[in-house]
Amino acid sequence: MFDIEKYYHAGTIREAVLLLKEHPDARLICGGTDVLIKIREGKLSGASLVGISSIKEIKGVQKMDSGDIFIGAGTTFSHIEKDPVIRENIPVLGEAVAQVGGPQIRNMGTIGGNICNGAVSADSVPALFCMNAMLRIADGTGGRMVPIHYFYQGPGRVDLHPGDLLTHIVIPGKEYDGYRGHYIKYSMREAMDIATLSCCVYSRTDSRKKVLEDVRITFGVAAPVPFRCTRTEEALKGMEIGGELYEKAETLVREEIDPRNSWRASREFRLQIGGEIAKRALRRTIEGGAGHE
Amino acid sequence: MNKEMRLVQCVVNGTEVAEYVDVRESLLDMLRNRLGLTSVKKGCEVGECGACTVIVDGETVDSCIYLAVWADGKNIRTLEGLEKDGALTRIQEAFIEEGAIQCGFCTPGFVMSATALLERGETLSREAIRREMSGNLCRCTGYQNIINAVEKVMKEQGNHGEAE
Repeated sequence: MFDIEKYYHAGTIREAVLLLKEHPDARLICGGTDVLIKIREGKLSGASLVGISSIKEIKGVQKMDSGDIFIGAGTTFSHIEKDPVIRENIPVLGEAVAQVGGPQIRNMGTIGGNICNGAVSADSVPALFCMNAMLRIADGTGGRMVPIHYFYQGPGRVDLHPGDLLTHIVIPGKEYDGYRGHYIKYSMREAMDIATLSCCVYSRTDSRKKVLEDVRITFGVAAPVPFRCTRTEEALKGMEIGGELYEKAETLVREEIDPRNSWRASREFRLQIGGEIAKRALRRTIEGGAGHE
Repeated sequence: MNKEMRLVQCVVNGTEVAEYVDVRESLLDMLRNRLGLTSVKKGCEVGECGACTVIVDGETVDSCIYLAVWADGKNIRTLEGLEKDGALTRIQEAFIEEGAIQCGFCTPGFVMSATALLERGETLSREAIRREMSGNLCRCTGYQNIINAVEKVMKEQGNHGEAE
């Protein structure tokens, strides 16, 4: 038995918001791979839960005529990985969520939960930062859209108030057209592990692949919240593609990220790895090649 | 803490089931304690070891971190549902042939993961099979024989050009 006080079932977004307003102490639960483990470990014992896993409106991926891609917050990692819209337009997101936990966890866990629990190691999040994803939040009074980089307010803290429900992640069409992304998760084990450090690079070159027109570099676990290396990005934009570009990326990233010491890895180690994986990921976005490294 | 019961109606191993379950109960508890399906093993209880793996609507889940109330309306399969008229499935036989079983505690979970994988009808590299089986832990065999068994059946399916 789980130490759960009350369980409320929400069948629609509206019901979920009403239940959350009525029971401000209740926690949302969707896939359960995070919340139920916290309850088991005693960190959330005695919690009341609002279950949203059967809300159809928050599942699946849709591409609008405008090119904007709507990803339901309740879509599981494995469904995102297999989704044809994701594969065709933003494959890097599918590749990133394919590195979450193991197969069973990916069949249960959802992208919305990955974002809302605020963990800096979330595998889906660096790619979403690179794509300037917008978060659609329902609150019963029309809702709001929040850019993902404003959503993260501190370690484990996100911009959600009582009665708020993340319903969709929106990738604006202009943010992925012409870009290529690559995600590298550095962890001790190949599966069932949390990232020691992770990096997603998103880039666009000119048609002859001579000049780097735009680049976005986001780290997980390199700062208290997912972290865009904006200074490095600015310095690299417009550079000619070649050895100098990759070396500069490596050096500047090491100057910009601010990882911490933890039992998983030392700050020095993370700085070393950080420069390396940023360089490798950037190279892959430009030169291509399949699979993960 | 409140003891609150909810009705769950689902299909388990092809049979319609209606059970009142405690809202605090996991699917693992429901399958073992109410339905007597003890192939579903209680290992880590935090979704790491995969001993409790069952197939829900065609996808593997760790039943230890899946609330029983979520099973409402779902199609659930456990190891008990695999054999037909006393005959094992091909993957179960392959586990025996390859010596993929030692103490046996992890075996039902591995067989369910392998079953869901093989039903997809894909032919994968050994490395990809390892990845697909990475949500199940085994402390005895060292995994090689388990992967051998899955690879063997996958190759047989590929030769027949169809999924069993």
